[in-house]
Amino acid sequence: MKDFMFVFRNDPSTLTDRSPEEMQASMQKWMDWIGGIAAQGKLVERGNRLNPAGKVVKPSQVVTDGPYIETKESVGGYTMVRAESLDEATEMAKGCPILLFGGNVEVREIDRM
Amino acid sequence: MKNQELIPHLFRTEYRKITAVLGKTFGLEHIEIAQDIASDTFLLASEMWAMKGAPDNPVAWLYTVARNKTLDYLRRDKLFKEKISGKVVRDSQMSDEIDIDLSTQNITDSQLQMMFAICHPSLPVESQIGLALNVLCGFGIGEIASAFLTNKETINKRLYRAREKLRTEQVKMEFPAESDIEARLDAVLKTLYLLFNEGFYSAGKDVTLRKDVCIEAMWLTKMLLENPCTDRPPANALLALMCFHASRFEARTNPEGETVLYQDQDDSLWDAALISRGEYYLNRASVGRQLSRYHLEAAIGYWHTIKADTPEKWEHILQYYNELLILEYSPIAALNRTYALAKARSKPEAIREAEKLNLADNHLYHSLLGELYLGIDDVKALECFNTALALARSRADRRLLAEKIGRLG
Repeated sequence: MKDFMFVFRNDPSTLTDRSPEEMQASMQKWMDWIGGIAAQGKLVERGNRLNPAGKVVKPSQVVTDGPYIETKESVGGYTMVRAESLDEATEMAKGCPILLFGGNVEVREIDRM
Repeated sequence: MKNQELIPHLFRTEYRKITAVLGKTFGLEHIEIAQDIASDTFLLASEMWAMKGAPDNPVAWLYTVARNKTLDYLRRDKLFKEKISGKVVRDSQMSDEIDIDLSTQNITDSQLQMMFAICHPSLPVESQIGLALNVLCGFGIGEIASAFLTNKETINKRLYRAREKLRTEQVKMEFPAESDIEARLDAVLKTLYLLFNEGFYSAGKDVTLRKDVCIEAMWLTKMLLENPCTDRPPANALLALMCFHASRFEARTNPEGETVLYQDQDDSLWDAALISRGEYYLNRASVGRQLSRYHLEAAIGYWHTIKADTPEKWEHILQYYNELLILEYSPIAALNRTYALAKARSKPEAIREAEKLNLADNHLYHSLLGELYLGIDDVKALECFNTALALARSRADRRLLAEKIGRLG
């Protein structure tokens, strides 16, 4: 078994105009998806959400606001899972509810230091 | 109360108190002597009270006899007295006579300290459970062997090794340091949780014994709530979950001593008083920010006490199982989550999830899958129940499966 990281990307501006009911429904979908992975004993770490507000530090001490200034897409969170192969991990990612909201999941094997 | 009820009742509450206080007086390395004196005290009580009737204050009588028996023992065994007198003199600052402190405060403290000692991280968890049953609950070797579905020799060896370990690790009867208390209390809670489960889920045939194990686990957990330093939310949550489960004790076994599954139980047999105790402790657990597995299991237990079989009920149960699995994987939680998914959503959705579970060597997995296929594909359901039957080992499981197969065939 290898460990993989799911990196969730979405357009943060689409998250702000959701009703409490939509938020609740979305939360439930996330819980079902992660719960399903955990039920297979394949969840390594539930992970976290990232607050959209942020700074980017560039060479020569240049600091810009937020990672999403230049792109419509920003990293919204991450989760770590265990799978036999990149293909299996990718199969698991296909159930991620972010796909229903226009986001995407990047699947990367973790090379432990 | 008549003698034949009074003595077992007192044994349940007082044996551990006497053992704990004497164990503390002598030091944990001499715990067997403390247990012998406590047992002798009850033996004398049953002889004397049968002849003359119970005294006005039976508890005081027991304490006096235990104290006298201890002093006799010390008089007879000078060597032992010398060995422990250094310790006792240091502790009680008395020079000539050894003091046996049976004050309420010392009794309470000693019992808790005994619990921490027994649940010491150096001991394997099955030894902790064995010691808890033996030392804190006064269970004999035979009873422990039946509870664990093993023989006396195994239990004797296990307890012997556990006592040796306590000696070599020089485990003391004391409260853990403030910085350790959370981790040490965690270990205590885990042992009590497993002790309860041992009684609740054991395949043992002796229903009375299994119930006694559960009641003892509840007593010990309640004891934790009576002390401010251990009265913490996870301990309250643990007692809540025990109350919710125990509320179904009468309903989950039929008069023949056979298991009745949750969905087939007569809910008028559920114990309303225990359910409301459970709610009380769950409320007490709902402070602070910590969400332990006991909180989640208590919440699941709470929803199981709701009689109406609605998707809403199962949606709550499903979401708590999701949380529980995210916190800590276990095959049984994975199976229960899948069952809740079928009840909250649909059987086909649950079948899809079940097929990912990788539990093909577990009879409960095939049993669940059979349940999910019922009404969708009965041939497939029958196949699953047959696979489950081939894997099941306990008599109760095999009987339930044979029944299901019989109904389909």
